[in-house]
Amino acid sequence: MPTGTGAGALRRRLPGRTVPYLYIAPFFVVFGVFGLFPIVYTGWVSLHEWNPIGTHAWLGLRNYTDLMADPRFWNATVNTFSIWIISTVPQLAVALVLAAVLNGPMLRLRTGFRMAVLVPNITSVVAVGIIFTQLFGRDFGLVNWLFDTVGLDRVDWPAGRLSSHLAIASMVMWRWTGYNALIYLAAMQSIPRSLYEVAELDGAGRVRQFLHITVPQLRPTIIFTVIVSTIGGLQVFAEPLVFGGQAGTDGGQSRQFQTLTLFLYEQGFRDLDFGYASAIAWALFVMILVLSVVNYRLSRRISTG
Amino acid sequence: MTTTLRQDRAAAGTPPGPRRPRGAGRPSWFTYLVLAVTVLVAVFPFYWMFVVASNDSSAVNDVPPALVPGGNFLDHMSEVFARVPFGRALANSFMVATCVATGQVFFSALAGYAFAKLRFHGRNLLFVLVIGTMMVPLQLGVVPQFLLINELGWVNDLRALIVPGIVTAFGVFWMRQAIDNAVPDELVQAAAVDGAGTFRTFWSIVLPSIRPAAAVLGLFAFMFAWNDFFWPLIVLNSPRSFTVQVALRQLQSQAYVTDYGVQMAGIVIATVPLLLVFVLPGRQIVGGIMEGALKS
Repeated sequence: MPTGTGAGALRRRLPGRTVPYLYIAPFFVVFGVFGLFPIVYTGWVSLHEWNPIGTHAWLGLRNYTDLMADPRFWNATVNTFSIWIISTVPQLAVALVLAAVLNGPMLRLRTGFRMAVLVPNITSVVAVGIIFTQLFGRDFGLVNWLFDTVGLDRVDWPAGRLSSHLAIASMVMWRWTGYNALIYLAAMQSIPRSLYEVAELDGAGRVRQFLHITVPQLRPTIIFTVIVSTIGGLQVFAEPLVFGGQAGTDGGQSRQFQTLTLFLYEQGFRDLDFGYASAIAWALFVMILVLSVVNYRLSRRISTG
Repeated sequence: MTTTLRQDRAAAGTPPGPRRPRGAGRPSWFTYLVLAVTVLVAVFPFYWMFVVASNDSSAVNDVPPALVPGGNFLDHMSEVFARVPFGRALANSFMVATCVATGQVFFSALAGYAFAKLRFHGRNLLFVLVIGTMMVPLQLGVVPQFLLINELGWVNDLRALIVPGIVTAFGVFWMRQAIDNAVPDELVQAAAVDGAGTFRTFWSIVLPSIRPAAAVLGLFAFMFAWNDFFWPLIVLNSPRSFTVQVALRQLQSQAYVTDYGVQMAGIVIATVPLLLVFVLPGRQIVGGIMEGALKS
């Protein structure tokens, strides 16, 4: 900052020009240093054999060709998408119905119910993981005990591919359904009442009103939640890690529930192959990007068509 | 709270409930069923965690399992503290979450104030950029993030958790909305006429008038930092630097024999502070999420 009498007048005029940039600078500095730069630099690291202690040797695209030929990568990709679909589709459907119910006539305890649906979301993912790992245990899990009681066969949840995905998806659902319901509820409250009044005059029942007014009116919000759930869902990490217990990094004995982020963690931070881990990160990044673009295109076509 | 509401309605002579868009009338049995099931599903895991945490460790293996709380909670709790440095972990988490929450409120409010009330070139474009960064899956930059932290000498150092979280796009977005709503332009202009600089205006006019929104953001940030797991797991290796979540994972993965009683006791200790933080101002948090959703 310049000082002196001449600069005094200058300083008075300065704020309008430079001070606002100073105020927003912390965000851009933090994002640039800890967000954008690392993502871009991941691409650079992925072109090397990069050992945290040893040397960095140029590999070109070798990590990527290795990755494409690595069955563990495709296994993790299938698992990631499977868990993502099993958790997202029912989750958003249930959230929609839940929001409609919370939006309907209710005698009292309105806020109480809203808080109840949100409580799972503020629980840490590790806590949820441990609780559900117990619930889905093979020998002493509560779910299998219930199955026994009603005469169903016990399931070895962690051992099977689909059964482990179901258990992991249930953790994701439990944590996020209420949150999405609240977002839908907020959007529902801004739907004009007149639409419902007209429908009621036409003799449309609650279910028809829900399907023909509520859902179409919520389209932008639904698209928003789909995109957010995609970005989050494809990076699922802690749930399968905790579900696997001591062997969590492998995602089960035959990698039956290892997700891509878990694979990244295994390669990078257990086996210390930073180059390969970075290639996994970029592959996942591209998948998220492609899916986001597809989502966006699809939503534009739906809303104009 | 509910009682006062009910009394108000009774006093006003209006029937309770229906100011709702869709049809007056009573909630259907379907409503009650959905709500009952929802609350049960939402609350049961908490109940179960306390049941397991407070019963003898073998009770969870009984058939049928114990379904009511027992008297072993304190034993399990001391076992938690004996196996991992849990007191230290609680202190670390508290330290990190408090710093992150304070920093986020301050820096987000400062940026939000600039975006809401100050004029400068590229303001709209820069704000769109801020929003756009929310879509970037930052977790995927974890390898260079770690290299960077290593370079800074912050491995096993809580600064590795605090500095990257000190200001977020969501916080800036949230604060811009709040300042836009709560602070009239005239007030800012009047302060300028009185000779207050932009920072003074921010400190003595803007910040006091957005206290509720700032509190909600602070709570969000605190909860988020408290629950964060992936990043702390990467940068914290020495038990002395563990946060609560990393300590919980350690508690789970180090044991040769799975002892759910002890694990669940750890979860109870790690979760209860947060539940308290949430339940007290829960109404504002719920409102906050819904408001944020509307504006995005």
